[in-house]
Amino acid sequence: MPFVPHTSEDIASMLEAIGADSIEALFNEIPAELQVGELADIPTGMSEMEIAALMQSRARADGQPICFIGAGAYDHHIPAAVWQIATRGEFYSAYTPYQAEASQGTLQVLYEFQSMMSALTGLDASNASLYDGASALAEAVLMAVRANRKNKSTRILMPKALHPAYRRTVRSIVENQDIELIEVDFDPKSGQTPIACIEAAVGDADLAALVVAQPNFFGAFEDVDALTDWAHARNALVIGVVNPIALALLSPPGDWGAKGADIACGEAQPLGMPLSSGGPYAGFLCCRQEHVRQLPGRIAGRTLDLDGKPGFTLTLQAREQHIRRAKATSNICTNQGLLVTAATIHMTLLGAEGLERVAANCHANTRTLVEMLCEIPGVEPLFEGAVFHERVLRLPAPAADLLRSLAEHDLLGGLDLNADYPELGSAILVCATETRTQDEMRRYADTLAQILATR
Amino acid sequence: MLIYDQSRPGRRASAQAPLTQPEITEIPAGLRRRSRPALPEVSEMQAVRHYTRLSQKNFSIDTHFYPLGSCTMKYNPRACNSLAMLPGFLGRHPLAPDTHGQGVMACLHDLQEILKAVTGMHAVSLAPSAGAQGEFAGVAMIRAYHKARGDHARTEILVPDAAHGTNPASAVMCGFKAREIPTGSDGDVDLDALKAAVGPQTAGIMLTNPSTVGVFDRNIQAIARTVHDAGGLLYYDGANLNAILGKVRPGDMGFDVIHMNLHKTFSTPHGGGGPGAGPVGVSPRLEPFLPVPLVTFDGDAYHWQTERERPDSIGWLTAFGGNMGILLRAYVYARMLGREGMGRVADFATLNANYLMARLREAGFEAAYPERRASHEFIVTLKPESRQFGVNAMDFAKRLLDYGYHAPTTYFPLLVPECLLIEPTETESKEDLDGFVEAMIAIRREAQETPDLVKGAPHSMPVRRLDDVRAARQLDLAWRPGTSEDING
Ligand SMILES: Cc1ncc(COP(=O)(O)O)c(C=O)c1O
Repeated sequence: MPFVPHTSEDIASMLEAIGADSIEALFNEIPAELQVGELADIPTGMSEMEIAALMQSRARADGQPICFIGAGAYDHHIPAAVWQIATRGEFYSAYTPYQAEASQGTLQVLYEFQSMMSALTGLDASNASLYDGASALAEAVLMAVRANRKNKSTRILMPKALHPAYRRTVRSIVENQDIELIEVDFDPKSGQTPIACIEAAVGDADLAALVVAQPNFFGAFEDVDALTDWAHARNALVIGVVNPIALALLSPPGDWGAKGADIACGEAQPLGMPLSSGGPYAGFLCCRQEHVRQLPGRIAGRTLDLDGKPGFTLTLQAREQHIRRAKATSNICTNQGLLVTAATIHMTLLGAEGLERVAANCHANTRTLVEMLCEIPGVEPLFEGAVFHERVLRLPAPAADLLRSLAEHDLLGGLDLNADYPELGSAILVCATETRTQDEMRRYADTLAQILATR
Repeated sequence: MLIYDQSRPGRRASAQAPLTQPEITEIPAGLRRRSRPALPEVSEMQAVRHYTRLSQKNFSIDTHFYPLGSCTMKYNPRACNSLAMLPGFLGRHPLAPDTHGQGVMACLHDLQEILKAVTGMHAVSLAPSAGAQGEFAGVAMIRAYHKARGDHARTEILVPDAAHGTNPASAVMCGFKAREIPTGSDGDVDLDALKAAVGPQTAGIMLTNPSTVGVFDRNIQAIARTVHDAGGLLYYDGANLNAILGKVRPGDMGFDVIHMNLHKTFSTPHGGGGPGAGPVGVSPRLEPFLPVPLVTFDGDAYHWQTERERPDSIGWLTAFGGNMGILLRAYVYARMLGREGMGRVADFATLNANYLMARLREAGFEAAYPERRASHEFIVTLKPESRQFGVNAMDFAKRLLDYGYHAPTTYFPLLVPECLLIEPTETESKEDLDGFVEAMIAIRREAQETPDLVKGAPHSMPVRRLDDVRAARQLDLAWRPGTSEDING
C-alpha cells in the first residue's frame, strides 16, 4: 500500500485496542447513504516507475523553446545550490513555524528574507510573502485604504501602464469591498504615466493611494519622485510595484520623492524561482514602520529566549486571521514559504553586486535584441525613452500570426499586446534576460526577417 | 548567527553571477540607486553551510512525527518533487502558447477530473493558491450567484464557532458579515441555533466536515436542508478532506462549493509555510462563476479558458493562474494512489487517529468528545492536568519537542480549554504512535513530580522558550547595517 506502513498484524492489534471489528466500523457515524462505492472515474494506481515515464513524456511535450517573453515572469539563471538546499526535507516538509523553538531554521530564513527585502526596497519592514506579485498588490491596496489616516477615501489610482494581469487580479480581489479602482491613461509617446493623465482621471476627489509601477509594464521608467510628491501632496499613500532585479540598479521606493513611497510590493519570481508555467512564485510586501500593524501576512521577528539568547518567532500575530478572525488584516494563512527560502539563498549567493550584474546584462541584452529586430523593415520601438529589460515593438504584420510562426521554430518571440491594448496596433512586448545569448537573439531576428520576407 | 554576520566587504560567490557587467548609459542618473542595498557578501560555501545548518534547526515530516491537527502533516513522496521539477515543466513560461504546454495542461486537466470524481463536484478550478484563497474564491462565487439572481438581501455568512480563522476572514474579504453558530456539547453544529439564525439575509454557511473538533457532523443532511431551504448555499472547507477521501464526497453531502488543501490531503509539501494549492469545486449552479483559468480538452488538444470564454467568472486570483508546480506534485501523488488508494488514505488516517485516541484515553488522558468516533484527528483536553499540576497545554507541547515529537495544534479550536488537536495521518506507523503515547505519559509524570521541568521546556532545542511579548513590543523585523554585533552577541 503506497505510503501506508501498516502490516496486517498492526491493523488487528490497533482495532483491538480501539474495540472495533473492522476499519469500516470506524466510519459508523457517517450516514450510510452518503458513503460512496468505487470511484470508477479515477484511474488505478501507478508505480513510481510508471508515473515517472508518463511525466517525462509530458514534460518533453512542452518543449524547450527559446523564451523572449517577460511580462512579469523572467527566465533568469538559478544557482545550483538554491533548490538543492531549499528542497532539503527539513525546509521542504516543515509546516508554518508555529512552534518557534522547533522551527528556528525557517524563522531565521524569514527574518533574513525580510532584511534583504527591506534593503532592496529601502523600507523598514517586510512580510514573509503573499501568493504572488499581483495578489500582493491587491493586499497592498486593501492595506493602503486601512492605513491612510488622512482621509477615508476608498479610491485607488491604477495606471494602465501597470501589468494587465495585476489590474485584473486586484479587481477580482478587492471589488467586493467597495473599493473604487480608477484607471489612468499613459502617454502614447513615452508609455509613461504623467501627472497630467492622473489629474485628468481623478479631478479633485480624495484618494487613498496611487499605484506606481517602476519599471512599468512597457519596461519604461516612471518619474517616481514627482509622482510620489504629487500623491503625498494630495494626502494619498504611494504603493510602488517593483521588480527586485531592477532594484539592484534603481532608486528604491523608500527613496522616492521627498518622503519615500509608503508601501512597495512585487513579484519575487526573478529571485531564484523557475518559470514553471506561472507558479509557485512569491509576492513580497514592504512598508514604512508606521504602517506595520496594517501589513498582512506572516512576519518573523527577532527576540530573546528565557536565557536572554536571541531567537526568532512569528510576531504581530494579532493582525492575523487565527487570532482576529473576522477583523484580521487579511485571510491569508499558508503563504509561499519555500519560495522565500529559495529567494533568500538566491540573494545571498548573488549579493548586491551579482544582482547588479544580472540587471545590467538583462538591460544590455534587451537593448541588443531590440537593435537586431529593428534592423528589420517595419519593426520599430513603439515608445521613445529608456527601458529596463523590456520594450514594446511595433510589427509590420499581425502580431498573433508572427508569434505563431516563430513558435513553430521554437522561438517565443514576445507577448502579443493586442488583447489588452488594442489601441497599440500590432505590438509585442519583448524581453531578453541575462540567459539569452547573442546566437539566440540573432536566430530570433533572422527567423523573423525570414517569416516577414516570405509572407 | 545571521548570514549578515559572515559578510565581508568585497567577498562574493562570483561563479553564480554573469562574468561581465555591461555599462549602463541609458538610465537617467536620477532614477538610479545611490548606494548598494545591504545584502550579504559571502562565498558560495558559506551560503551553503549557513542554510544547511539553519535547515537542521527545523522539525519536519522528514525528520520527526508531526501530529499537527488540521494540518495533515503526512509524508510528501519524493517522486512528486522530482517529477514536478523536470526541466520541461520548470522552464515553461506562463505566457507560452498552448502549443508549448500540452504536457503540463494534460496533467492539470487530469487533475481537475480526478478532483471532481473524488469530491463529487460538477466542475473544478485549480486557480486558488492555498486554502484561504479557495475560501475567498468560493465565497465570492456565492456572492456572484446571489447577485446574478438579483438577491441583494443576503449579507451574512454563517460560520460555526469551531471554524478556522480563515473562514470568517474570507467572508469579510468578500464583503459579507460573518455570524457565528455555536457547537453543541456533542461536537456537532447546534442545529436549533442554526435554524434560528438562517433567514433571507443568509448567503451561505461555511462548514468543515469532519469539523475541527475531529468528528463527522452526523446532521450534515439536516444542516444542508436548513440552509438550502432558507435560500443559502453550503461551502465546504476541505482542510479535513483527508478523513473522508474516497469514502464520502462533499458533493453527495449537499455542498455547493468546496475548496481542497492539496498541501494537506494530496501530500504536497508545506515548505515551512507554503506554497499550497486550494482548488475549488462547484455544483452546476455555480459553475459559471469559477475563477479562471481552467483547462479544457476538445478531444484533440488542451486549451486554457479565461474570462473571454467565461464572462461570469469571479476572475483571476493571481497574475498567472495558480501554483502549477504544486498542482503537478498533487497530480503525481493522485496517480500513485489511484482509485484504490484514495479510500485507503481515509481508512488509515482514521485508524491511526482512533488508535491514538484509545491509547491516550487508556493512559488516563481526557478526550474532549469521548462518546464520539475520532475522524482523522481528535482533541485531548489537558484541563485536568492543568488544574492538578499547574502545567498547561502549551507546556506539554513544548516538552514534547524535547522528546522528539512536534507538538499537536494547541489552543485551537478555541472552544475546548487546554486542548491538543492531534492528527497522526495515515503515513505513521504503529511504533511511532506508541512512542508518542509513551512521551505523553512520561510528561504527565514529570508534570506531577517536577513541574518546573515541563514549564521551562523545551530544554534541548536551539533556543529556549521565546519572549513573544518582547517580539511584538520591541519590533526587530530586519537586520540593519551596524546593528548586528550588539544584538546578536
Ligand atoms: C480548517 C482549516 N481551514 C482553512 C485553512 C486554511 O488553509 P490555507 O492555510 O491553505 O490557506 C486551514 C489551514 O490551516 C485549516 O486547518
